[in-house]
Parts: sequence; structure tokens; C-alpha cells
Amino acid sequence: MSQNLRVKSSNFIDETSRISFKFNGKTYYGFKGDTLASALLANDIHLVGRSFKYHRPRGIMTSGSEEPNAIVQVGNDKAITEPNVRATEVEIYNGLEAKSQNCWPSVNFDIGGINNFLSPLLPAGFYYKTFMWPASFWEKYEIAIRHSAGLGRSPTKPDTDIYEHRYIHCDVLVIGAGISGIMAAKTAAKNNLNTLLLDEKNELGGMTIYQNSEKFKIDNKISSEWLNDEIEELKKLDNLEIKTRTSVAAYHGYNYLLARENLTDHLSKDEKENKVRQRLLKIRAKKVIVATGSLERPLVFNNNDRPGIMLSSAVKKYADYYGVICGKNNIFFTNNDTAYESAISLLKKGINVHCIIDIRENSNSSIVKEAQDLGLKIYWSHTIVDTHGYKRLKQISIMELSKDGQSFANSNKIVLDCDCLGMSGGWTPAVHLFTQSGGKLKFREKDQVFIPNKYPSEQVSIGSCNGDFELDEIIKNSSDILKDFLKIEKTGFDNMNVETSKETSKKNIWLLPSDKIVGKTKPFVDYQNDATAKDIKLALREGFRSIEHVKRYTTTGMGTDQGKLGNMHALGIIADTTGVKMGEVGTTTFRPPYTPLTFGTIVGRNVGEYFDIFRRTPMNDWHINNNAEFENVGQWKRAWYYPRGNESMYEAVQRESKATRESAGILDASTLGKIDIQGSDASEFLNRVYTNAWSKLGIGKCRYGLMLNEDGMVYDDGVTTRLGENHYIMTTTTGGAANVLSKLEDYLQTEWPELDVYLTSVTDHFATATIGGPNSKKILNKLIPDLDLSDENFPHMSFKEEKIGKINCRIMRISFTGELSYEINIQASYGKSLWEQCMDAGKEFNITPYGTETMHLLRAEKGFIIVGQDTDGTMTPIDLQMDWVVSKKKYDFIGKRSLYRSDTMREDRKQMVGLLTDDPNTVLEEGAQIISELDQTPVKMLGHVTSSYFSPNLGKSIALAVVKGGKNMMGKKLFIPMEDKTINVTVVDPIFLDKENKKLNA
Amino acid sequence: MFLINCPYCGERDQSEFIAGGEAHIERPKQPTELSDDEWAEYLFMRKNIKGIQFERWNHAHGCRKWFNMIRDTSNDEIKLIYKMGEKPPKG
Amino acid sequence: MINKYSIFSLIKNAFSYHENWQKAWNDPQPKKEYDAVIVGGGGHGLATAYYLAKKHNMKNIAVVEKGWIGGGNTGRNTTIIRSNYLWDASAGLYDHALKIWEGLSQELNYNVMFSQRGVMNLAHNLQDVRDLKRRTHANRLNGIDAVYLSTEEVKKFCPIINTSTDIRYPVLGGTLQRRAGTARHDAVAWGYARGADEMGVDIIQNCEVKGIKRNGDSVEGIETTKGFIKTKKIGVVAAGHSSVIANMAGLRLPLESKPLQALVSEPVKPIIDTVVMSNAVHAYVSQSDKGELVIGAGTDDYVSYSQKGSHQIVEGTLNAILELYPIFSRMRMLRQWGGIVDICPDASPILSKTSVKGLYFNCGWGTGGFKATPGSGDLFAHTIANDEPHKLNAAFNLNRFVSGDLVDEHGAAAVAH
Repeated sequence: MSQNLRVKSSNFIDETSRISFKFNGKTYYGFKGDTLASALLANDIHLVGRSFKYHRPRGIMTSGSEEPNAIVQVGNDKAITEPNVRATEVEIYNGLEAKSQNCWPSVNFDIGGINNFLSPLLPAGFYYKTFMWPASFWEKYEIAIRHSAGLGRSPTKPDTDIYEHRYIHCDVLVIGAGISGIMAAKTAAKNNLNTLLLDEKNELGGMTIYQNSEKFKIDNKISSEWLNDEIEELKKLDNLEIKTRTSVAAYHGYNYLLARENLTDHLSKDEKENKVRQRLLKIRAKKVIVATGSLERPLVFNNNDRPGIMLSSAVKKYADYYGVICGKNNIFFTNNDTAYESAISLLKKGINVHCIIDIRENSNSSIVKEAQDLGLKIYWSHTIVDTHGYKRLKQISIMELSKDGQSFANSNKIVLDCDCLGMSGGWTPAVHLFTQSGGKLKFREKDQVFIPNKYPSEQVSIGSCNGDFELDEIIKNSSDILKDFLKIEKTGFDNMNVETSKETSKKNIWLLPSDKIVGKTKPFVDYQNDATAKDIKLALREGFRSIEHVKRYTTTGMGTDQGKLGNMHALGIIADTTGVKMGEVGTTTFRPPYTPLTFGTIVGRNVGEYFDIFRRTPMNDWHINNNAEFENVGQWKRAWYYPRGNESMYEAVQRESKATRESAGILDASTLGKIDIQGSDASEFLNRVYTNAWSKLGIGKCRYGLMLNEDGMVYDDGVTTRLGENHYIMTTTTGGAANVLSKLEDYLQTEWPELDVYLTSVTDHFATATIGGPNSKKILNKLIPDLDLSDENFPHMSFKEEKIGKINCRIMRISFTGELSYEINIQASYGKSLWEQCMDAGKEFNITPYGTETMHLLRAEKGFIIVGQDTDGTMTPIDLQMDWVVSKKKYDFIGKRSLYRSDTMREDRKQMVGLLTDDPNTVLEEGAQIISELDQTPVKMLGHVTSSYFSPNLGKSIALAVVKGGKNMMGKKLFIPMEDKTINVTVVDPIFLDKENKKLNA
Repeated sequence: MFLINCPYCGERDQSEFIAGGEAHIERPKQPTELSDDEWAEYLFMRKNIKGIQFERWNHAHGCRKWFNMIRDTSNDEIKLIYKMGEKPPKG
Repeated sequence: MINKYSIFSLIKNAFSYHENWQKAWNDPQPKKEYDAVIVGGGGHGLATAYYLAKKHNMKNIAVVEKGWIGGGNTGRNTTIIRSNYLWDASAGLYDHALKIWEGLSQELNYNVMFSQRGVMNLAHNLQDVRDLKRRTHANRLNGIDAVYLSTEEVKKFCPIINTSTDIRYPVLGGTLQRRAGTARHDAVAWGYARGADEMGVDIIQNCEVKGIKRNGDSVEGIETTKGFIKTKKIGVVAAGHSSVIANMAGLRLPLESKPLQALVSEPVKPIIDTVVMSNAVHAYVSQSDKGELVIGAGTDDYVSYSQKGSHQIVEGTLNAILELYPIFSRMRMLRQWGGIVDICPDASPILSKTSVKGLYFNCGWGTGGFKATPGSGDLFAHTIANDEPHKLNAAFNLNRFVSGDLVDEHGAAAVAH
């Protein structure tokens, strides 16, 4: 059965290589080079799917990426199954499995077909008009709607394929390797321009490469032969990179384009193993030549959607390129000469073509004459008024058109047997990429096409996408445009001898008349979404006048084929119905991608472990080996706590906190931002960026600094140390480091370029181990025996440059825990070694490594804020009860002015306080809201809990909170209303432990 | 993606840069002399022009220098790039 | 009397092949004068006109739209509707809108397909957890339904999320607002237009405002491409173009108009039936009733009116999506688009009188305006009709930028600080 639909083919099918594949569970055979579509047609299968809304039986219509109907689910594996794949684009391989979508139980017998009978109730936009009653039923309606919507099925397991990105910079990019694209690529490469040529198909040469008519000749060779020779030469050229199976998805500004290269979809499972599946090319081209060709138009007439109704150029391609006969009773329906080429080609292969239905009155072009000479019957001035055959076209009915094409000359209806109808409604230039890049179109009346009007800079269009449809025009105009664009004298294609058939008459009717009233017809404009001409007229009637409204209301052009076949007809019908000229209706905005683009391809390699970088400290391995749990702080991995044995987090943190205050603890503080500041104006600079005063800070001294945004809100903080006369090192929070540096640079470069200040990020240069606790001095003494650690020599908030062993280090005596504490900074490569030495020296003192959780707890006992946790971008230093850090004397600093705005100065703003729970064992939830009165409606929230812990050192729960007017509420009782209970608290001073700071000087 | 001609590094892809808002907004020298309204002008109010706009850009993943740009915000065409501190051209 | 929409009228009209449906709205020429003019025919503007007519009996009004109505955010949108914002003022504002959404289809007799499928916000680090808990408590006490979910509960509610602990930023928990969800964006604009038109409001399309005529401190009217229109009250609802209009009146706003992009996938059978948002792994996703995955994230960082954004945003957004939903890697992007959003410094809108009498501005909604459409229209109508804000929009006045009384919703608005 399958073989008698094959004819002796071309060079493009390898008949020696038989391939087996499955469709809807059955096994079929094709040849290497077949697409799923051509192989199915060769097996006499036309019915491949059901339409979206009406579930009408649908067949293969085209041979390319504009296919609206033949979309299938490929693959059974839950990880790599793929929905909505166009059968016309799948190159078959052994083991391919595909099935129809949107039908149940099968494409042949689909329950959804009932929608076809309900279609009068389902016009465009029907869902806006109903499903509203009863209101509570909407949820149930929605479930039904959602299950009937959608086409294929998403994978349900993670993708196992790999995708890549590649950057390409070139002098010339040529999009499309049809005849004009080949000319362009050859010309550019021969003129020493680095050229990239892309084509979405797997073979170069577009339609010309399988063209076999003697009517089309270049320099006395049949055009396909001529082109083949050109391609052979092309492949030998230097400076030329050619990629096939590569579709340009997006054309952005500044000649930046994205193209998707298909590497393995045409390979069998074994062949594709361990290979990259698709590559996204990110192209920056100095010049772009768009040679994307054009798409054949269907004709819009009653019931124009049955399986077996195809584009005439597709019927031709299946015969000439794939060697497949699409039907035994072929008829062509046309408004131009193209269908004649197709018909003649079929006849010459011995395929039965019954007749051609032509809506034109006559044509005397040479191709039409050739058809007539071959004995082909032509019905001039006729149109199809109906088609018959539910699952496969069986017959068509035709009638003679009246002179004006709006109705009929007489009432004779002729019924013809037909199982394959090739329709040709003309050609639509593929101007998608042109308009994506900002190009503007103009409408050409004579053949009803939108073509480029003005090219954006460094871009041209050539060939049929530029409106040149006839071979002689293509060759001459392309050559002329190339000369001008590439600024060369000759292209090598000048003055060629071209023979072609010239079209002599044209007629276009967007919506062909039927003998039935419009309401009883189904002339499809958008095949996939089942939008008919009726729907468009309905939309217009209801007041949706703009193409954008009509498109959305009828969903025309919104299917996976993105309206490639139907957009023009929709526009045409709107223009005719509203009486507006085509050029003025406008086109909808073409947006990327040109064909749907796989998410994985857009993302590339940054998946899984490559999603974001890991920043790790030099001590990271030590933490891992000592069982640390980690938290993400920005991109850093920080040790969170170090559970021993079966300790829970709570137990570990309690132990670490106690141990540090009792004896000694050690924290990896390497992640804090460190900015090296140098220059003769460094002090002045610090004065401007911090709220407090810096001019009088002595060399070798440290000071806490608070940074605000210009709106007066706390932004970052840290200790800054004066290393020398004009040399400081600033620390920032871990998360804020990069932002602070950017901000400071911004001010220096743009506001205060007169300041002599240089900033260098040194965060990654130094590792930092902070040892704290009553015994920290003893531990440091063991590390640096010669250093005098007395308060006179090395007071709190000062700095020493020392050596541990032979290695330099900087030691700041600063404390975030309230304990006696030393922060040792050393060159990063010695970080791990420093840590190990500290651990060793501290062993006798039970030195306890602690992580960020304990660090948070200890500082909370002292009432120290953490920017970003206790603050949220809406707190001023006054709000935080940090008046002491705001200089009264300084004229200005970043954020100062904002502190004096009317709202910012209010007394009843949220202020930082401490909270103690009545029940000391109840630990508050961070984020819980605070109220002062129970049973209030509406509830007046006063603030929230920002930090909360059970303090092992105090033996009770403590919390920091921000509360409206909290400053004046010391001792007041407040409430924390949780979902299931209310917790009583008392407002207290946020410093819970060692108010006199005795521990700092132990 | 814009192609931006950094005055220090040459033409680079937009992904290397960060936009920095309206240009030539000078931080007031005497903030305490300003009323709340005037301070709000500096802090928040922006021209937000549809058309030719003067703005700042930073080559964050490159030389990290700030510079100025004249761009038509209605179609994203870059008209001119000039260094930070230079005056914008007239006309 | 306009056609009522229902299954019965659908059936009845089927018999006449749907040729007798009336126009949803008319296409009038502007009159010389109106009691009020709304500049901007998007969702918010049409809703404002509707409520002016319906609740304040102001029917001699017009909406002027420079293009076609609903051509902005109601033309393409990720359509997330929720009210789980942090501050009392915001919670009040957005929940007011949510309550109207709940009966909107019935009120407008137009199915806006409001689907209360829930919206989740995910936490990926410890501070996220604190912030979400804070927000959940605040919501609860403000009478807004919100619950905090553990990682397991998140997984149960939406099984396809990758909640494993070995991804780069694991899901630590999340909040859920069950009453939240999605709606059909164009239906809202068309529904309000039809309703307003029915009450006598003139909807004038293809009419661009070129100038605002002032008489000292008050307005006299607007100059348009269809002539001068006299009026004492002008409500500007022009979203990304708000500054352009403000400049015509000599006003300055704190807005920056930036590109916001979003995309849809090809339609597939139901695979996700809620809305999931994440700040830290920055992207949000839901599935339309047509089957398309609807995906968005944040804005580009530069000002633009071109309605195009840069590709790196799309790549970053999909990167985040694949991180959380690795099963979507083989899905295909069908359509992407960009619009212009007017960003306010505190990520909260402006619904306010101005220093010019009779001139009112409704703008600054940034990336979150769609959800507020009915509420925004209602409150703005009140503000215009009474020349005073409603208590629900009092906090969103222009003055707050002077006093410092901002309503900082960066966290809850799901945009990076």
C-alpha cells in the first residue's frame, strides 16, 4: 500500500536507507530524508490531528514551519516527550514515536468531535458571553474548559538534554539560503567579508533546488541545476560559515539576532547520546541580509480545512523533493500561476491531475500555456463553494463566479471527485524579522502584499521577501541591492540570461463567496484555532475594529503557527468589511520568536549546578568536614551552625552561644565586604558617606559607620579602620558589599570627581577569622606571643599589623558579640591555615566554631542591629535609637536632608525596642505583628518582631522589634496575636546583656 | 540588545552595562537650605521623557566607569555618548 | 437596552448565525464639553468611567484613548490578582479590588474569567522566610486570607515545583493566598467599556491628548487630535505615558517608564493549576485557560517607550523558571511581548489630586496594576467626583514624596529592592 504512493524521487531521499517509525502506536516505514509528514503521506495517511475548538479532522497542509494542523506529540519518555511538534519539520529516524494530539480516544474517533456539532454555540468569544451563572459554577466550568484546551502534553520529568549558547560576530549575516540568499552569501564571502549563512531547512537552495521545469533557466541551465552548481562553489569559500537546521528566532535592535541551531532532533536515540541538542546563536552582525522568502497563501472558502486540502507548493514539494504522491485525484485551486507549476510537475511524473480551478478569467502566461498543451482542463472564473468528506477529502463543488467576484454567474454547480486539493492564494513575503527589527512595511496593491518600505540601517531584504517573485526580478534586483549594500562594483550575478514565465493576470478575493449564507458556512482563516471569516465579521459587528482587537477576540493568529497562513486573509476580510484600505488597517505587531523557541535553548547551560555561582570562603572545606550546615547569604555559602552528634539546630546554637560567652568561639567572617580606600581626601569622603564624623579618627583606630540612602533610610553598616594617613579599610555587610562599592564609585565619579579617593574591592583578598570570648586574648597570645595585648597597647576599637609565624595579618580588636574579640584578617590563601592554627591554639580553651545563627543570637543579646533584618529600607538611625551615630556637627552627609522631612521627623514612627515574653520559654516568631489592644477592629498593628531567640546566656527568650512610638513605651505591656494564641510581652531596652560593656575589656 | 560604545572600552553588548537614570541631576550643594518640596524634586521627580533623553550608564562588567548617553527613548536609538563630567552638546 | 450575555442569548443568537449581536460599544465623535474626561482607555481608565457613571451619576463624561481601548496592559498581561501586600494601606487598596473581582463578571454581565486558583510566593533564604511570615501575619490581622506554608506544603499544593534541597536556592517555604488568582485581561477592558458605554459614557478612540489647557491653577480642558474638549475635571490614567501628560500640564511626577516583558508558551493540557511567584529565583508562572504557560518577571533597568525590552531579561526569567520547574525545559516560547510600566520609587501607586485644581492622576502602578483594576477605577472615580480621596487611597497621594511618608512595597510587589 505504501509504495504505490512513491515516485522516483530526487537526490533528497535515500531509498536505500529504510526507516521504521511509529505513529499513533502503529509501525510505518519511510526513507532517510523523509519528514514525518512526507512519510505519513507516503503511507496514505492524511488525518493526523483535530483542530483546537471544533475538533474537526485535520490533515497535513504544508511542508514547512508554517504548518497549522499536523502537530503531534513526539516521544513517550516522560523527560523528553515533546508537545506541539510540526510533523512537517520532524526528520524521521529509527525509533521515532509520534502521536496525534487533542483527541480522545483516537484521532479517527474523537469524542471532541461533538464540538463540531455544537459549533453554532461556540462562535468567537463565546466564553465572554457565558459561564457566568451560577457564579459559584465558574470553578467547575473552568476545569472543563482547561481540560479541553491545550494541545499536547508537557513533559513530567526533568529534561535530560543539554543546550548551549554560542556568540558569533560577523561582517555579514545572510538569513535564508534560497536562491537570493545563496547569491548574497557568495557575494559577501568572495568580497572578503566574514559571512554567516543560515537556513531553517536541512538542505540549501530553498524551493529552487528541486525545481524541474524547463521554463525557468539561468544562463541556459535549469534553475535548479544552476543553483546546485553555485552551492557547490559556495561550500568551498573561505570566510563563510554555513549552518542548516538553523532558524532565526528574533531580530533585535543594533543587528543583534538569536538563531536556534538544531543538532540532534533528527537523530536516533543512540546517535544523539551525549550530544548537545540545540544551540542558541547570539549573533552580532555588522550587516544583515534578509532572504527569508515567502509563504504560500491558502484560499478562504467554505469547508477549506479537510484532510487532503493542502498548499499547492506543498503538493509539489512532496512530489518533487520527497517523491510522494499526495492523492490519486489531484485538483488545484488557484488565483495565480503557481499552481500550474505544481500541476505540470505532477503530470510529468505520471501523477493524475484532474483539472485546475482558477478564479481568474484568463491567463496567457507561458506556464499556463504549457499546462493547456499537456491537456489539463482549466475551469476559469470558477470557485469552490463546498467540499465533502469528513476524515478525508472526497469531492469538491464548484460554481462560476460573477464578474465582480462577489457572487455567481449562474446556479450551475459541478461536483468533482477529489482526494487532494492543492490551493494557491498567492504568496506572502516573510517580513517577520524585518518588522521585528523596526522595519516599516508598505502595501503593494497589484499583488496584495506587504513588503519592506524602508530598511533599518545596515539591513536589506532581497528575493521574494522583498516582493520579487519572478526569477528575472529576483536575480536582477538582488544583485543590484547587494552592490549598493555591500558597496561593491560587481556581484558576479550581473547581466545574467534569465528565462522565466511571467504572470500576466491577477485576481484576489479574500473571502470567496458560497452559495450558502455566510452563517451556514465555515471558511477557515486560522486553521489551528478554528477562527473563520464568520468570526471576524462577528467581531467587527460587535465593535472590535482594530486588527489588535479582532485578533484577540477571535484568537486569529494566536496559535502555534502564529498566523503565518491566515493573517493576511484576516486583514483582507477586515478591510473589505469595514471599507478601510488594506494599507491602513495595519498589520499586527510581529514579535519574536519567528517560530516557537525551546525554553532550554534560551537558557543554555546555566541550569542545575550552573544556575548561579557559589562563593565560598577559604575555610569552606573545614566547615564541611566539621559537619557544618550552610545558609545562602546572597551568592555566598556561609556556615550556619555546626551540629555535633545528633544535635538539632536549636541545640547546636545554644551550645555555640554559651561556649563563646563562657570561654571562646570562632567565626568565619570572610564574606563581609571589604573596600580599600586610599587618597588624600579619604577622610572627607568617609565624612560624606557615613552619618558620623571621621576626620579625627586616629591612625590605627576603628570606628563603626552607618550608611544611609539619600532618602534617609539605613542602607548598610560596618566597621572602618584607619590604616594610615590616607588609607582606610571599610567593611560592609556580606549582602551589601557589591552595592555599596557601586554606590560609592557612583558618587566619586559623578558627584565628587574633585575628591582624591580610590576604592578597591578586597573582599576576596582577605580571609577573616574572628575569635571572641573571655579567653580570646589568651588564644591570640599563643598565636602571637610577642604582641602586647594590654588595653593600653591594643585597646578596643583599634588595629595592629602583625605576623602569625611568617605571614602578615591585620588584627582589629572589634566586637559584634559584646565579648572581648579580635578579627584576624589574612591573605585569602592562608585562610584555612589561619583557622586551623586558631583552632589548635584554642583547643585548651574549648574554642567553639560558631556560625551565622549563633552570631545573630549573640549580637541580639547586645541589641546590635543587622541591616536587612532589623531594618527594611524604611528605618532611619533615629528610629533605630542610634542617635549617637548621627553627627550633629557635620554640614551634610548622604541622607541627612531627608531626616528632616515632615514625616521622617515624626515622634510616633516605628522605633527599635527589645521585647521580653511573660513566659520566658516562649520564643516569638520573627515577623510576628505587635498590637497594644486586644479585640480591636480593625486591628491596629504597631510593628513587628525583627529578631528573636532563646538566650542561653540569659536563660530566657529575647527579641528585637520595631514598634510605633516604642521609644516611649519602656515597661509597657503589648501583645503578639498568633493564629492560635496571643503572647504577652513587655517593652524593654534592646540591650539585654552587659549594658556597661564590661566584657569588652575582660 | 543595545550595542554601547563605552568611551573607554569601545563597543560592547548591553549586558555589560547598568542604566543609571536621568543625567545631569546635580546633588544640591546646600541641602539644608532647600524646602521639603525642593528636596523631593532632587530625590524623586524625573523628566521621564518620551523622546530624546539624557541619561547615565555604567560599564559594570567592564571598566566600571560612568558615562553619559543621549538616547531616543521612543525607539531606543543611541544618539551620542560622552564622558562623565563633560557638558551635553547644544541642540 | 443592550443585549444581555448568557447561555440563553448565545443559543438564541445561534439561530440567526450570530449576526444580530449588538455592538459592545459605540464609536462616537467627541462633544465640545464634558463634566469629566478620563485620559487613557485601558482597564483602569474604563473602570473609572464606569464607576463615575454608575456610583456618582456622572454620565456626561468621556474616555479619550490615543489608540484602541485596552491596548496596553489589558492587551497582554500575566494577569496575577492578589491582595497580600505588606502595609495596611496597600492591603486595603488591593483587597478592595479583589472583593470587586469576586463579583465582577456578574456585575458587568461579561465573563472576565476570574479564577481564584491561589497565588503562592516562595521563600529561598532565611530573610525571605522572615519577610513572608511578617507579611502573612499582617495579612491575617488585616482580614486578608494568607497562610504560611512549609516546603512540604508548597510541594503538595503545586507538585511540579522542584523543592529538592540540592538546587542552588532551595524552596524554604512560601505564603499562599487562596482567594487570589488570575483573570482574562482583555475581557476586563471590554467588559467595563461595554458597561460604561451602556450608561452613556462616550468612549473616543484614536484621539490623542496633545495638551492640557490651564487657567492659572485649574484646568480648562484638553487639546486633542480631534479638537479641543472643554472640561473641569481631568482624570489621567495613562500608565507608562503619565509623565508625558504630566509634562503637558507643567507637573512633575516621580515616575520612570521602563520596559516590562512577559511571554507565553505553546498551549498544553493542564499542568499547573495555581500561580507561583518567586522573588529570589525571579520569575512567576501560571497557566491560562487556553493552556499556555504565562511567565514574567521584572523590568529592564532603563527608561524606554519602545515597548521592547532586552533579551537578557527573558533569558534570566526562563533560567529561573527552569530552576524551579525543570520539566518545562522542552516547552517552547510561542510569543513574547513588552510594554511600558511607570515605576514609582516606593513600588506603590499614585491615586491623587494634584496642585492643579481639577487635575487628577492615577498612575505609578509599575508591574502590579492589573490586579487593582476594579478597585483603582472605583477609588479614582470617588476622588474625581468628590475632589477628595477615598480613605482607601488617601495614602497614595503625590504629597508623600515630599513628606517622606512612602508606602514601600518592594518586597511584596515582588520586585528586587
